[in-house]
Amino acid sequence: MRKETILELNKKFVQRPDCVNDELKAILKTIDAREDNLNAFVTITAEPALQDAMDSAKRYEKGQSKGVLDGIVVGIKDVFCTKDLRTTASSKMLDDFVPAYDATVVKKLKEAGVVIVGKNNCDAWAHGASTENSDYGVTKNPWDPSRVSGGSSGGSAAAVAAGECVFSIGSDTGGSIRQPAAFCGVVGLKPTYGRVSRYGLIAMASSLDCVGPIARSTEDVAKIMEIIAGYDEKDSTSVNIPVPKYSGALNKPLKGKKIGWAKEFTEMGLDSEIASALEATKEVYKGLGAEIVDVSLPNIKYGVPVYYIIQPAEVSSNLGRYDGIRYGHSSEKSENLIDHYFKSRDEGFGAEAKRRIMLGTFVLSAGYYDAYYNKAMKVRTLIRQDFDKALAKVDVILAPVTPTTAFKIGEKASDPVQMYLADVYTAAINLAGNPSLSIPCGFDKNELPIGMQIIGKHFDEETVLNFGHMYEMKAGK
Amino acid sequence: MNKITTTDIDKLAQLARLGLTGAEKESLATEMTAILDYVKQLDEVDVSKVEPTSQVTGLCNVTREDKMVNCDIERDEILSNAPETENGFIKVKSVL
Repeated sequence: MRKETILELNKKFVQRPDCVNDELKAILKTIDAREDNLNAFVTITAEPALQDAMDSAKRYEKGQSKGVLDGIVVGIKDVFCTKDLRTTASSKMLDDFVPAYDATVVKKLKEAGVVIVGKNNCDAWAHGASTENSDYGVTKNPWDPSRVSGGSSGGSAAAVAAGECVFSIGSDTGGSIRQPAAFCGVVGLKPTYGRVSRYGLIAMASSLDCVGPIARSTEDVAKIMEIIAGYDEKDSTSVNIPVPKYSGALNKPLKGKKIGWAKEFTEMGLDSEIASALEATKEVYKGLGAEIVDVSLPNIKYGVPVYYIIQPAEVSSNLGRYDGIRYGHSSEKSENLIDHYFKSRDEGFGAEAKRRIMLGTFVLSAGYYDAYYNKAMKVRTLIRQDFDKALAKVDVILAPVTPTTAFKIGEKASDPVQMYLADVYTAAINLAGNPSLSIPCGFDKNELPIGMQIIGKHFDEETVLNFGHMYEMKAGK
Repeated sequence: MNKITTTDIDKLAQLARLGLTGAEKESLATEMTAILDYVKQLDEVDVSKVEPTSQVTGLCNVTREDKMVNCDIERDEILSNAPETENGFIKVKSVL
């Protein structure tokens, strides 16, 4: 597995421009060797990537590189629109959809000179925690192919872990960046809601969706965030505050800093090996001079039930646009307009999308709105307040990412509620909007990676990344 | 507890314009009943003095000036994804 960081690769490219081509070729070789088994990509773009790498190498030769990301080989989760490149959301509904424009995050990365090697597999419409909902097959875990890679950004995390790309861009609505990063032993950041533009991201649940990187190290995440974060007039929910130089704050000493730990975390079905790994993590931070402080998040246990009302409500609205008329799957069996809607949507959507559309339609319907949707929005306020109160006392909160390490393929596929509980430590943070970094912090007895979350204050990615990087340096990654 | 029946499923599917097979209706009724049973634990939370949160960064009604802006995407590019077109328009099935 190739583990060079973005800065190491960049240094190499500056010294020997032809290494851009060599690096891509080595990655394409890895893809050739592993992709049949892993299935981390829906579409691989080897030909255009070879051209992009040659162009990048020429820029380096002339001393005109576009910056540290120039020539870096990336994957893009297949929920981001890529101009002239098929974008499926891993759903047959969009099997032949070719966007006419780039998502803002893709546009920014292209301007920074990256080499896009393909579109990463995920659960269809980003609905799921295992990629088992993908219409293009499950992505297997590179550490153990009998297990899932997590989801929904499972293809992104597996590809980074297997060395099939240097980093990937994912989306996180209830844990979809952090959980697969933890299952695959890589680093993933869910930034603050509104920090990264979502223009061109196929919408799942609009009050929760965030865009962020999955990468090899916290330093890489910082470098990528410096490029992709920021206000975008095309996304009215993006927030217009300056983007800090995240990589500049990575080495700040942690002496005297405070880390919150909530006792509620151990009462939510946490595996004992993950609990021990987190205890060991606390010792590492203590060794760096930080203090562990007890905080309370009394409403975090309601994260998943609130999430499974608000999220399907928004899903049912966002998937309303797939009508078989403007783009996407169009039924050939329909007789009239209304019949066309029913048949196109029946044929195009898989079981999980249908479940969420129905659930969302139910919680928003007259007579149930107050009991479910409005109630959930109120409990969401309490969850948000819990995090605000806790983070007023500490710099960051340390938390598990997942109750268990990567589960077996098929293990949870038949029970939606069991699958939803994979989000128990992550969904609440989307409801509150805070940034959260998922980084590896050990292995269990089956040699599967364990992850931890570092949760920060709104728009304080700097501190979160600082804590992540200092841990990696101290613990030796 | 809310027990979802296949009659409820029919009604919701009508609202959502979603075609479903008989087997799908049966399993959806069972699964949705289980999910709603699970989320029912929110009943124990007192929210009588709590305001709802619909989004978290405090933005409110972001609007732009009502002015035409040029789009850098050509009409043909957008229409190329439509299943059926005619003379530069998207073709729709007959309404009746």
